[in-house]
Amino acid sequence: MIKDFEYFGPKTLSEALGLLDKYRDDYKIIAGGQSLLILMRQGLIAPENVIDIYGIKELNYIKSDGKKGLKIGALTTHREIEYSELMQGPFKVLSEMEHLLSTPQTRNRGTIGGNISHGDPAGDPAPVLMALGANVKLASAQGERIMDMEEFSIDYFETAMQHGEMLVEIQLPAPPPHTGAAYTKFNIIASDMATVSVASCITLAADDTCSDIRIALGAAAPRPMRAKAAEAILKGKKITDALLKKAGQAASEEAEPVSDISASEEYRRELVKVLTARVTKEAMSKAKAG
Amino acid sequence: MLKELKLTVNGQPYELSIHPRALLVEVLRENLGLTGTKRGCNEGACGACTVVMNGKSVKACSVLALSANGAEITTVEGLANGAQLHPLQKAFLDYGAYQCGFCTAGMLMSCKGLLNMFPHPTNEQIRDGIDGNICRCTGYNSILRAVEAVSRGDYKETK
Repeated sequence: MIKDFEYFGPKTLSEALGLLDKYRDDYKIIAGGQSLLILMRQGLIAPENVIDIYGIKELNYIKSDGKKGLKIGALTTHREIEYSELMQGPFKVLSEMEHLLSTPQTRNRGTIGGNISHGDPAGDPAPVLMALGANVKLASAQGERIMDMEEFSIDYFETAMQHGEMLVEIQLPAPPPHTGAAYTKFNIIASDMATVSVASCITLAADDTCSDIRIALGAAAPRPMRAKAAEAILKGKKITDALLKKAGQAASEEAEPVSDISASEEYRRELVKVLTARVTKEAMSKAKAG
Repeated sequence: MLKELKLTVNGQPYELSIHPRALLVEVLRENLGLTGTKRGCNEGACGACTVVMNGKSVKACSVLALSANGAEITTVEGLANGAQLHPLQKAFLDYGAYQCGFCTAGMLMSCKGLLNMFPHPTNEQIRDGIDGNICRCTGYNSILRAVEAVSRGDYKETK
């Protein structure tokens, strides 16, 4: 049974930020509640004050700003991203990722901001956002700051958000031409969290050499992480199957997986190796087509 | 401390005083007596408690009731129009789309949410649509056949 708490349902961002400031020491923000309510029911967390931000309509939007890229409000639901017509070109990977996230009911209710703020290293959106080079905008009663998605996730269920702050927006830069992005996850039941997931975003130059690449791993470390050693092997090169295999090996070595009920550490490293090569190849063929 | 909650369930407006910790499934079953919505796993895994909220399927065990303030909810009790069953209900009967029946209320509401989005879903969309609902009797194929029959217009909706 969930422990009693005080409930607040702010309808505007400024009202919410005022509450976060006031109850600085003991509150939990709830958005769609698809992750948080499970923890509250299990008694793992029992906040004194619950600030329900789901009713803040101004944080539910997807804006495409031509050359600047995409802006997604923190309270946009997974389902809205899954079916948004703005998910074009390399951004289509966001819609593909959302389709793989949990079940329709959870996607209807859960938000992208809630998901990444929850800080589960097996969450689907974070690696994709990292591969796409996303920034996040945080707000507090004192002001706003923008942070690289890579610095946002710190550890298991821990983000760089300070008390009094909340995530308000995800910003995605417009990708250069000939960029392709792909995401894959391995799990036993399709609607489960990832055992390991990999996102890859690659930009090809006119001569088909790799001019830029970002690879991000989910459930392969205490936080979603960039596979920078793997990227270094591919960047500036004409990518071959042999090189992809080397990059997969490098990713598998730089990952920091743990053993748990879903898989052993060794098995996860093997998954990282195989999936990194596979998904980067897919991103590459999309980049060629795009 | 009790809080006020206003919501509309199956077209009927309600004003209640509830504990903030109450989940939507608890309010539906215990405060409103609408026990058609089943409580299965109670942790968002089984889909038995699925209801339609503002047109979309959600798991009622994974929504704080206060968060549904102002919402329009449809439960399985709200599918039929008086004695006239909803096309999904008729098709479920005709195709024997349940065995023990425990998942049925949630299945129907997931399918209702699916039809709200796609009035004529494909086989793949139906499979996706009931991805969040577990039938432990494993009667999935008859459920697929029932929804396919509705999708191709074998059952007319009566208003």
